[in-house]
Amino acid sequence: MVAQIMTIGRFVVLEAWRARMSGIIAVALFLALGTSLFVKELAITESGRVQIAFLSALARLAAVCVTALYVVSTMAREFNDRVVDLTVSLELPRAAVVLGKFVGYAAMAVVIGAAAGTVLSPFAGGAGLLVWTFTLILELWIVVAMSLFCIITFNQVMPAASFVVAFYALARSIGALQLISASPLVADQSLAHRFMDWTLDVLAYLLPNLDRFGQTVLLYDDHAHLANIASLLGQTLVYVLLLICAALFDFYRKNF
Amino acid sequence: MRKNQQRSWREIPGSVVTLMGIALILQLAWHANQPRPLAKAEDLGAPPPALALHAASLGDPVFLSYLLLLRLQAFDNQPGISIPFKDLDYARVIEWLDASLALDPASQYPLLLAATVYSQVPDEAKRKEMLDFVYRRFLDDPVHRWQWLAHASVMAKHRLNDLPLALKYAQAIADHASDPTVPSWARQMHIFLRAEMGEREAARILLGGLLAGGTVRDPNETAFLLQRLQELENAEKSPVEPKN
Repeated sequence: MVAQIMTIGRFVVLEAWRARMSGIIAVALFLALGTSLFVKELAITESGRVQIAFLSALARLAAVCVTALYVVSTMAREFNDRVVDLTVSLELPRAAVVLGKFVGYAAMAVVIGAAAGTVLSPFAGGAGLLVWTFTLILELWIVVAMSLFCIITFNQVMPAASFVVAFYALARSIGALQLISASPLVADQSLAHRFMDWTLDVLAYLLPNLDRFGQTVLLYDDHAHLANIASLLGQTLVYVLLLICAALFDFYRKNF
Repeated sequence: MRKNQQRSWREIPGSVVTLMGIALILQLAWHANQPRPLAKAEDLGAPPPALALHAASLGDPVFLSYLLLLRLQAFDNQPGISIPFKDLDYARVIEWLDASLALDPASQYPLLLAATVYSQVPDEAKRKEMLDFVYRRFLDDPVHRWQWLAHASVMAKHRLNDLPLALKYAQAIADHASDPTVPSWARQMHIFLRAEMGEREAARILLGGLLAGGTVRDPNETAFLLQRLQELENAEKSPVEPKN
């Protein structure tokens, strides 16, 4: 089954190459670089830090958007063109199809994350940049797994893309939302407030803390904590496993 | 006949369900082991320079001016933490108010915040700093900003118990806001403050001059001022302190 997974994965990478994904990500990163240089010219103090902050945030956003949209749109096309029907009709376990797709898209995410790190390399270096790039790749793997799960579940681009965007925004802001909810300013302990507080806590349990991935502060100093990286790697593995299993759950129930 | 979209649950391999259960338990355990997010107070940084702000406004400085004010206003309420106004760096707050006012000089919002929000802290030095900001910005456009200095004068008198400061502000209104649109009570404030400070002679002369100058046209206002003038003259003859 490993050989089948790798074959499907190789075809996903090949398709991405032929679809000129490299060109798209290059243009997106070039635009991010241009914007950050413009912002640097506007700042009169800490211009270097300002540029790095803008570039890392824009590069991360570009990488996440391009990856999620690519996964969702190519998978939707394969469903519409009956390519998936044809694939599952072969002597191939369904799990191999999903895992192969994930492996291919994850490899593509490695290239995208590395490209983002390369764009940042003239302005920030050392262990901080390596850790930033690595955690961005981990973040992209979670995005790939979520996109795959959504498109398998919803089949349509719009609902799948919307769900991925909502998931990403919520996963990045859940920590801040919890803090706001627990703030003493919100002193009204009404039933509705307690319910919202509880709901946020439950959501926090079910979501990965994406705000801990790809932090710009890593690019300012080299104090990259290896324990932190291990923790993020563990979170990624657990969450990707959960999403892939959920995707498999839906994929096995699909009738082609 | 329409094909059934979903296959039976039994088609799902047991290993997938087991793995999903394990992954879910691991996710919950992982999250339970993480420390809760901690609220951290963030220092108020300097606003961007004026040139950068003008460039960033994309030709619409009014919008950006309000955006700066909202950012400043929301600063005391950071996620999970509330910073008392008195703990803010007032030099920085003034820089933000100045930046907003520079983008939209017609806006009353920055002066309102300075006169009625940031000057209410229980710290005399910070109150004076904010009132002084209102005074300086009043001098740039007295006709449109007199009300905030009038408020500052009242604040100086009643909150700071600093009559000379209140008089300085009231005198500035009389000296600089001579436009007829500025109500006469604002331009007369300094007279009553002088009377209160014991400068009855000066107050009497100023009030007499005001009445003789013919700028007061409202009969009720004239009657009121005449009554105050009479009180001042009586007070000068008698050693008893005049009532307010």
